[in-house]
Amino acid sequence: MFEGYTASEVGSIFAMQGFSGLSLFCVFLLMALGLAIIFGQMGVINMAHGEFLTIGAYTTFFISSLTQKYVPGFMDYYFLLAIIVAFTIAFFVGYLVEFSLIRFLYKRPLDTLLATWGLSLIMQQTFRSSFGAREVSPTLPDWLLGSVQLTDTIEIPINGLLVVGVTAILTGVVFYLVFRSRWGLKVRATTQNRVMSGAAGINTSKVDRYTFALGCGIAGVAGAVFTTIASTGPTSGSLYIVDTFLVVVFGGAASLLGTIASAFSIAQAQSILEFFLSGSMAKVITLLTVIVILMLRPEGLFTIKVRK
Amino acid sequence: MKCKKTILRNFNFLSILFLFAITAGNASAMEYPTAEVNTTGLAVTDTEVTVGILHSITGTMAISESGSVEAEKLAIKQINESGGVLGRQIKVIQEDGASDWPTFAEKARKLLVNDKVAAVMGCWTSASRKAVLPVFEKENGMLYYPTFYEGLEQSKNVIYTGQEATQQIIAGLDWIAKEKEAKTYYLIGSDYIWPRTSNKIARKHIENVLGGKVVGEEYYPLGHTNFGSLINKIKLKKPDVIYSIVVGGSNVSWYKQLKAAGITSDKWTLLTISVTEDEMLGIGGENVEGFYSAMKYFQSLDNPNNIEFVKAFKEMWGEDSVIGDVTQAAYLGPWLWKLAVEKAGSFDIDKIAEASNGIEFDKAPEGYVRIHDSNHHLWSKTRIGVARKDGQFDVIYESDLIEPNPFPEGYQ
Repeated sequence: MFEGYTASEVGSIFAMQGFSGLSLFCVFLLMALGLAIIFGQMGVINMAHGEFLTIGAYTTFFISSLTQKYVPGFMDYYFLLAIIVAFTIAFFVGYLVEFSLIRFLYKRPLDTLLATWGLSLIMQQTFRSSFGAREVSPTLPDWLLGSVQLTDTIEIPINGLLVVGVTAILTGVVFYLVFRSRWGLKVRATTQNRVMSGAAGINTSKVDRYTFALGCGIAGVAGAVFTTIASTGPTSGSLYIVDTFLVVVFGGAASLLGTIASAFSIAQAQSILEFFLSGSMAKVITLLTVIVILMLRPEGLFTIKVRK
Repeated sequence: MKCKKTILRNFNFLSILFLFAITAGNASAMEYPTAEVNTTGLAVTDTEVTVGILHSITGTMAISESGSVEAEKLAIKQINESGGVLGRQIKVIQEDGASDWPTFAEKARKLLVNDKVAAVMGCWTSASRKAVLPVFEKENGMLYYPTFYEGLEQSKNVIYTGQEATQQIIAGLDWIAKEKEAKTYYLIGSDYIWPRTSNKIARKHIENVLGGKVVGEEYYPLGHTNFGSLINKIKLKKPDVIYSIVVGGSNVSWYKQLKAAGITSDKWTLLTISVTEDEMLGIGGENVEGFYSAMKYFQSLDNPNNIEFVKAFKEMWGEDSVIGDVTQAAYLGPWLWKLAVEKAGSFDIDKIAEASNGIEFDKAPEGYVRIHDSNHHLWSKTRIGVARKDGQFDVIYESDLIEPNPFPEGYQ
């Protein structure tokens, strides 16, 4: 495959390939983080997770159009605002959904699956009715377009860098919240033993509500960031849902570290296979490998040791 | 005495109707009595004829199919305003295929069996067409199908108003080989029948006719959103032309990531047969600027038919609406059906299928079109458009009228 190329050409392709694997890892991680919290910590299978991503994407589009219309001078900076607003809106919608639907289904996981799937269909059609069936494209600030030229042959996409950056920050924040904050302590306590936590004075239903809302909010941020690399349409979120569940389940549902490890291995495997084989074959091989590993280790890569 | 009076009254009534028909100046229903023009029990009355519209207005395909519905409704409205078909106003029954192929088949059966519609404008993806085809053939209905597609199909019960693959592909490749002196090609597509069949035709044409070389051919699952590895491979192979048949949500990711990776029109040549003005909305013009698209129709076409069509379309559906290739092809459906009915002097499906052969339509926005003498596809021109930042295309090349050839020899 590399005959007839100079060492430096091959070198720069590998460098760019490395970055492309890294950015795929970040895409996977970004979309899986929210779900890892909801599915991992609460055990809720949220099929509508992709639609919270779509909320973030449409929010970005909405803010970009408003900015372009009313304050064109602000175009360079609106994106940061969009990320924050996307989080806020997705957070509140998540809060409402938990309050009005999810909390009645905590003891019925399979019903949750069905109910959230229905919710995802309802949300998709709502997007379609309110924003139109066609895909839209938020106008991106100029600094987000194009690539950084490192050497003559190595180009690193700026939107890829943005994805990497946001993922790093968000992962840091989530880790701090779950493992270092008082709220995280309550979440972990509730996950481990709900009755005991209640007895210790933790308002478990409030913890649930905020955990769910936070997961949705993170999906909103992912949606906002993904507008730079992918489509914004009523069904955009559903493009990610399968990969997201794959990453979370493969990583071991209750472990955030597992999610990171799983996102990394799936992304690298897929990215490298895609380079040497074709796209469809890469997907087939990745999925087969994941299935085999899950057959051998049904609990996923990482597990939290609990007494059974 | 009494009897005579009735006859007289009837005579008066008739003559008034007759006068009215003459002053209206249209082919009146009286010249074509319902019993004669409708011998198979279709939904045709003295004043009305019912047709069906069958597209997805919900689900993933709604993105693409909504334009077709709009165009068909516009054409039907215009036909009604100009006097209808054989003096009858067209009434529409619309069904939603919901982006689900079995639903398409079920709704097609409903339209044909329950509603007895005289024709159906509908379907978009090949999968939906393949799903309804047995229904149309069994129940003997008439389908006007608007999308450019992979060919390898022909039916008495379908009129294909979009281009079949060879029309779109060969003219585009010929142009780019000549204009850009292209020798090496990288073929990319979404992984399903249309891109695969199209690339097969493209490969044969590149290798056997143009004497070029295909340096890569790849397919990615529908909905794939990360093209980093592929872009690196393209950078390694440095093809003269990137030939793209990526569709749907993937399309947006593909072009955004190309742009971000520095593959832009100043250094690279990209030719696509899957980006129309509709897709440009989602991708964003700045990501496709300068790339080439091969289609039979672009909204920017400068001819009187098209200027009038674009104006009417925007009046009906809003200033912001855009018109892509398939939308225009969908607009042709009701008109071609009207012409066939008038030529046959009948709504009977068998007669229309026969009469359709060789029908000419010179009011088409894309210019003059003609239905082929035997295969129910259209003679049409292929154009090359350069994508502009504002989401429109500049047409820089126009082929001669190309004969449709759904079963191309040497390309299968």
